[in-house]
Amino acid sequence: MTNQTKITEIVEKLSGKPLSIAPDESLFESGVLDSFALTDMVGALEKEFSIRIPDADLTPRKFDSIVRIEAYVAHALVRAV
Amino acid sequence: MAYLRAFGAYLPDRIVDNQELAAATGTDAGWILRSTGIVERRFAGPEESVASLGIRAAKNCLESAGLLARDIGLLLTASSSAEHRFPGPASAIGASLGINGVPAIDLPIASAGSLFGMALAAHLAPAYGNVLVVASEVMSRVVERHPAHRDTAILFGDGAGACLVSSQTGFAEIRDALLASDGDFAEALRLYLDAPLYMDGRTIIMHAARKIPRAISELLERNRIPTAAVEVFLMHQANLNLIARVAQALAVPEDRFYCNIQRYGNTSSASLLIAAAEWRRQRPSPPAGPLVFAAFGAGLHWGALLAAPAI
Repeated sequence: MTNQTKITEIVEKLSGKPLSIAPDESLFESGVLDSFALTDMVGALEKEFSIRIPDADLTPRKFDSIVRIEAYVAHALVRAV
Repeated sequence: MAYLRAFGAYLPDRIVDNQELAAATGTDAGWILRSTGIVERRFAGPEESVASLGIRAAKNCLESAGLLARDIGLLLTASSSAEHRFPGPASAIGASLGINGVPAIDLPIASAGSLFGMALAAHLAPAYGNVLVVASEVMSRVVERHPAHRDTAILFGDGAGACLVSSQTGFAEIRDALLASDGDFAEALRLYLDAPLYMDGRTIIMHAARKIPRAISELLERNRIPTAAVEVFLMHQANLNLIARVAQALAVPEDRFYCNIQRYGNTSSASLLIAAAEWRRQRPSPPAGPLVFAAFGAGLHWGALLAAPAI
């Protein structure tokens, strides 16, 4: 399973419905995730990828789309090595 | 040592329900309730000010404490909505209480202001005796009720709270406090001169939902108090959904968090002390277990304070 698939599954679980937007579209502006779901998603990403997301990285922009989340996770995985 | 001796509060008379705000912000009342948990809030009248609200809360607190204004050794006043750059409302509140000569210090720390005030009061009480902490806000004058600012317009209300911290006696002893600040996110929640309040709600929620439970957990752990032993959690009333998230993160039933945001909205620094005053009025008997206070707000500033039944 690719990272993008794993991230999509997390988003779909949090939103409670299949993802119907493109990977580069905003999850917030499209109404897929709200502020509180974003908080849950950060926790779910930490658990799924065994990464630690520091407070300094808690900005919505980093998690605004599947593409951005994928890039963040890739960077965090490298950083964790 | 320092003790919590009494709380006080004052809420303006005018009730503003979600229907009224929905009309002004181009949204609907049901959405306001779902996204915030707020049913109504109070707005100050045109003749009222941050200082006048604070004075009413201070007098209410002194009455509950059974003290006179002349018994106060130090006055700390938190506000994020003061009308002037300086002087802040602290000296006006002191003058109105008739305690000119007593030092009166302003804490423009927004939502965490009263928590920081309580923690400072605990340290300063041994030197000053009775420290009165007042938190007063007229948020209705710093938000814009317009569709472009609906996220903030629906949240805030006006009100004032107060807390008397004594070096001598009280119903609970202040045992410890954990305070923290992070200026890297100062832009996420700000009130500049001649501009309405700005809040990047997503950033604020992300940080608050993580930092508040972490501060509480760290405070309890270092005092070897299990979360389940806490009698009540008194939190800044920012958003009902946020309070529920904090309870969930701590694995504590939501009903252990005292909530009155439904009736008053988010009154910034005042909300913690208004909630504490109501809680204390409803439960005037000595507490059976530890009390935890927590707040988070612009700055970013956040923290938690632990009090335990006085022995």
